[in-house]
Amino acid sequence: MRDFPLFPEQASTFANQVDQLYFFLVALSLIFAGVLPFVILYLIVRYHRSQKVDRSNPVDSNLKLELTWTLIPLALVMLVFFWGAFLYVQMRTPPARTLDVYVIGKQWMWHVQHPNGKRENNELHVPIGQPVKLIMTSQDVIHSFYIPAFRIKQDVLPGRYTIMWFEATKPGEYHLFCAEYCGTEHSLMIGRVVALPLADYERWLATPGPVVLPDGTIDTGQAIVAPSIGDPMAAAGARLFTNLGCLGCHAMAGGGVGPSLQGLYGATEKLADGSTVVADENYLRESILNPNAKIVAGYAAVMPSYQGQISEDQLNQLIAYIKSLADTGN
Amino acid sequence: MSTISLPQSSYIRDNSRTFIDWLKSWLLTVDHKRIAILYLLSINFFFLLGGLAATLVRVELITPQGDLMSSDVYNRAFTLHGVIMVFFFLIPSIPAVLGNFLVPLMIGARDLAFPRLNLLSWYLYMIGGIFALIAAVFGGVDTGWTFYTPFTSTYSNSNVVMSITGVFIMGFSSILTGLNFIATIHKMRAPGLTWFRLPLFIWANYATSIIQILATPVLGIALLLVIVERVWGVGIYDPALGGDPLLFQHLFWFYSHPAVYIMILPAMGVISELISTFSRKRIFGYEFIAFSSIAIAILGFLVWGHHMFVSSQSVYAGLIFSFITMLVAIPSAIKVFNWTATLYKGSISYRTPMLYALGFIGLFVIGGLTGIFLGVTAVDLHVTDTYFVVAHFHYVMVGGTIMAYLGGIHFWWPKMTGRMYNEIWGSIAALIIFVGFNMTFFPQFILGYLGMPRRYHVYPPEFQILHVMSTAGASILAIGFIVPLIYLAISLRKGAIAGDNPWGATGLEWKTSSPPPTFNFDKTPIVTEEAYAYPPEAAERDAASWRPGSPL
Amino acid sequence: MATITHEEAHVHAHGPELQHQFETPEQQKEAATLGMWAFLVTEIMLFGGIFMAYIVYRWAFPEAWEESAALLNTPLATVNTVVLLVSSLTVALAVNAAEEGNKRRLLTMLALTMLLGLTFLVIKGYEYSEKFAHCAGAKDPISWITGSDLHESHECLVPGRGFLFPEEHGATGGSHGAAHTASMQSGHQLFFLLYFCATGLHAIHMIIGLGVMSAITIMALRDRFSPTYFTPVEIGGLYWHLIDIIWVFLFPLFYLV
Repeated sequence: MRDFPLFPEQASTFANQVDQLYFFLVALSLIFAGVLPFVILYLIVRYHRSQKVDRSNPVDSNLKLELTWTLIPLALVMLVFFWGAFLYVQMRTPPARTLDVYVIGKQWMWHVQHPNGKRENNELHVPIGQPVKLIMTSQDVIHSFYIPAFRIKQDVLPGRYTIMWFEATKPGEYHLFCAEYCGTEHSLMIGRVVALPLADYERWLATPGPVVLPDGTIDTGQAIVAPSIGDPMAAAGARLFTNLGCLGCHAMAGGGVGPSLQGLYGATEKLADGSTVVADENYLRESILNPNAKIVAGYAAVMPSYQGQISEDQLNQLIAYIKSLADTGN
Repeated sequence: MSTISLPQSSYIRDNSRTFIDWLKSWLLTVDHKRIAILYLLSINFFFLLGGLAATLVRVELITPQGDLMSSDVYNRAFTLHGVIMVFFFLIPSIPAVLGNFLVPLMIGARDLAFPRLNLLSWYLYMIGGIFALIAAVFGGVDTGWTFYTPFTSTYSNSNVVMSITGVFIMGFSSILTGLNFIATIHKMRAPGLTWFRLPLFIWANYATSIIQILATPVLGIALLLVIVERVWGVGIYDPALGGDPLLFQHLFWFYSHPAVYIMILPAMGVISELISTFSRKRIFGYEFIAFSSIAIAILGFLVWGHHMFVSSQSVYAGLIFSFITMLVAIPSAIKVFNWTATLYKGSISYRTPMLYALGFIGLFVIGGLTGIFLGVTAVDLHVTDTYFVVAHFHYVMVGGTIMAYLGGIHFWWPKMTGRMYNEIWGSIAALIIFVGFNMTFFPQFILGYLGMPRRYHVYPPEFQILHVMSTAGASILAIGFIVPLIYLAISLRKGAIAGDNPWGATGLEWKTSSPPPTFNFDKTPIVTEEAYAYPPEAAERDAASWRPGSPL
Repeated sequence: MATITHEEAHVHAHGPELQHQFETPEQQKEAATLGMWAFLVTEIMLFGGIFMAYIVYRWAFPEAWEESAALLNTPLATVNTVVLLVSSLTVALAVNAAEEGNKRRLLTMLALTMLLGLTFLVIKGYEYSEKFAHCAGAKDPISWITGSDLHESHECLVPGRGFLFPEEHGATGGSHGAAHTASMQSGHQLFFLLYFCATGLHAIHMIIGLGVMSAITIMALRDRFSPTYFTPVEIGGLYWHLIDIIWVFLFPLFYLV
């Protein structure tokens, strides 16, 4: 059976829930698709023209019958809709405390960076029993990050972040697929997800190893700092923040040309046009690349765009830095 | 009624003396029946071409490695299969062939309202088809039939502009057909033929036409913008240039989801005709079937977002689209139940078209139910973009539309040609197709739930057994499609003379000779009764007249 | 089942204009009008796609929209709007004249309509060539041809590789020049792309409309119409009104944002 599976492994907290709904749908389908053909078979045999049976008083409409077979299916689909809807909202809403991992998709590989700066290609190491949030973007076309054993999939779009979360339950290696057609080597944009116990994951995080960066250069993977000392991804973001001269306007104490970024992430910002926006990853991204799209109330639209000036990788680091500012703000 | 020879004058015969005259009389015809035959030939040509591409894909997938062809060739093969089958076979199939032939006949008109527009629509179809063919011959296109941006607009190095132009032109052909049917059905019905006396095939085509004229232009503009973006290099869909990749998906599915109903609604119309005729009974719940067509047409415009549950559209949008998707399942269910109820107390015969109709119900039920799986958001996150989706839409499109198309062709073959085909071979082919189809696509549901993504050239080895099963089924299916070609072609010369009404059906098309004269009716019919007006004792009388040796 | 014979139905009211598939001229006229209305619905959906894109990007790039609209030639477009509205009136009068069987007035009105349509296209063409002339570095189309009189500030509003939005119109302007063009380029360029697509599509419709009107004029010259049969004038008029209505939407969306 090892080489001929008929049902996928269950390796996340979602898997069992999705499968239960799936089996319920299969059962419902069997009632219709399993019973209806036999009804039809019975009718076409019994009422075949060669059969001498009672055919008097044929009916050609019956309102009660019509309502029955309208309302019962309606009730059933509403049931599965609400069941599916609650599960869907849960699957799309990450919990407050998650392990944030940044993913970049490009033709035709996945690049992953963990919060301590550890990078890997076409592999994703995650701890079990811990909610993991993937913050994903693409460098070129639309991809889709798909882990069948976790029953979860999310398209990865260029020009914005998409979020996906899961909690692995079982150590092991699982398929990682690109599920959105992305060109010639689409079927080779695959890899594996390695779920490890937390201790093993942390040990793995601290192991240096060379890796190819999204721009093609090779990172020796030497500069790994133990997670307890600090967050190198945010540290790299902080260096960038200084080098790009962001600090000149976004003074941490406030009172600069631009708003202070202290405690910004996750807060609700009031905009110049009176509306409000929650400062999530996509808002931060937009404000860096297209600053004039949303102007914070009380500030002028003077920030230049950094579109084309920084790579997706650097953008991830900047955002990791800005997010770390929210933590110290608390 | 003479059953010894074909009628002296019919739309097929003409007095042209030379070959050129004869060719002209066909290529410049404005007769809806001749245009239907032109469509029949060209659409079947494209069907065979699309089938060839499918064969390549299935053969490649026998092994997990990409050994038969390179990934570039594989991508071009499945794109060719998709583009040809969707845009050049399924969308025009039943409306343009059976609809063109039957709409005027069924409503007692001499022709469609705009015969020249009708001919123009065939030429547009052919021009679009030639563009698609040229694109395929000179290197092909590798974007998938969905043309997702920014891959299509910026990254693909293939004949994108050529293919899209072909689809764009074909779209206008589809619009013109829809326009023609709407005007014809509204204004050209025979005296006494009120809306609720119309055959359900007409209702289905009417609903289809509404979708065609409303949705197709949106596809046109979406594709036009792709061309502009590729040629001019301006960001409409590519975020690197300031565009929005999701805009394309919204515009595309705004057309392409209703387009699914362009494909299936006329098929449902055909099935209503077949079930009623071969049960010798008025169809059960006429009004419910008629209105369910309209309901599908309207709701079909509001569910496009269910193709985009994982595309990063908001959770709320996902929930709303999922909810409406659940509603659109209901009218289809109503139809299935009404067809089943029609069988009760009928006098059922197992002629070839009826076998297709029964096959349709079985396959469409599976296709429809798996559609609910996909409409339920939480399950869709797992199975979308996998073979589950592939299996689902093949159950609806092949199991639904093609079964109905073949059933319809067999049912109206005597009317189109005046001759009968070989009944035994007909039944055998129908059974082969049914079995082959299920063998091909049922394993794909399992593959999909296992997580096998679609459009994969190489795949993990544990999926191989199911893929091999699927390919084995596909070869049976291919035989099933070739057999009818042979016996139908033979019937053109050798087939028994059919007579005006070989099935003993109701409906105006059976009241004229087979094949019909150029202007359809010698005298304009006046309708005094409803559709499927079998008298209450029709089934009883039909069964009583059955003797061992009469057709089953 | 009673029947009417073909001959009965056809011979009586069989004018030369009644096509074989119709029973009566009324039926023919109704079918033609309904077909035209269905076509108009299709057309509205066609432009609907562009309006959809317009809404999405206007929401995404509000400032770029505002700044770009300021660079369109609003006075010329206003003149064009008036021209089109007047042509709608002349078309309506033409239909009226056909109804009354007044051939002379019908021809006059058709000629006037075509003249107005042509005027519209000429003005539109000037507007377009102005944009292209700026790309070539000339001040206006005339100096572009003669090769004199260079444009004072460099700008190119035709989407493509050479697209360059002029500095002084940008809200941010100033010292961050390079970054500014990079950020706002896309929004501005999208505006002009949609502008060219929408007005270009509209102009193509106008050209087709002129063709339709010429065909109708030729038919009128050959005395094809009578107070009982003037369907082509009527459906041609419907089409012309559609062109006008689309412009009435395009004008405020692009010029007056």
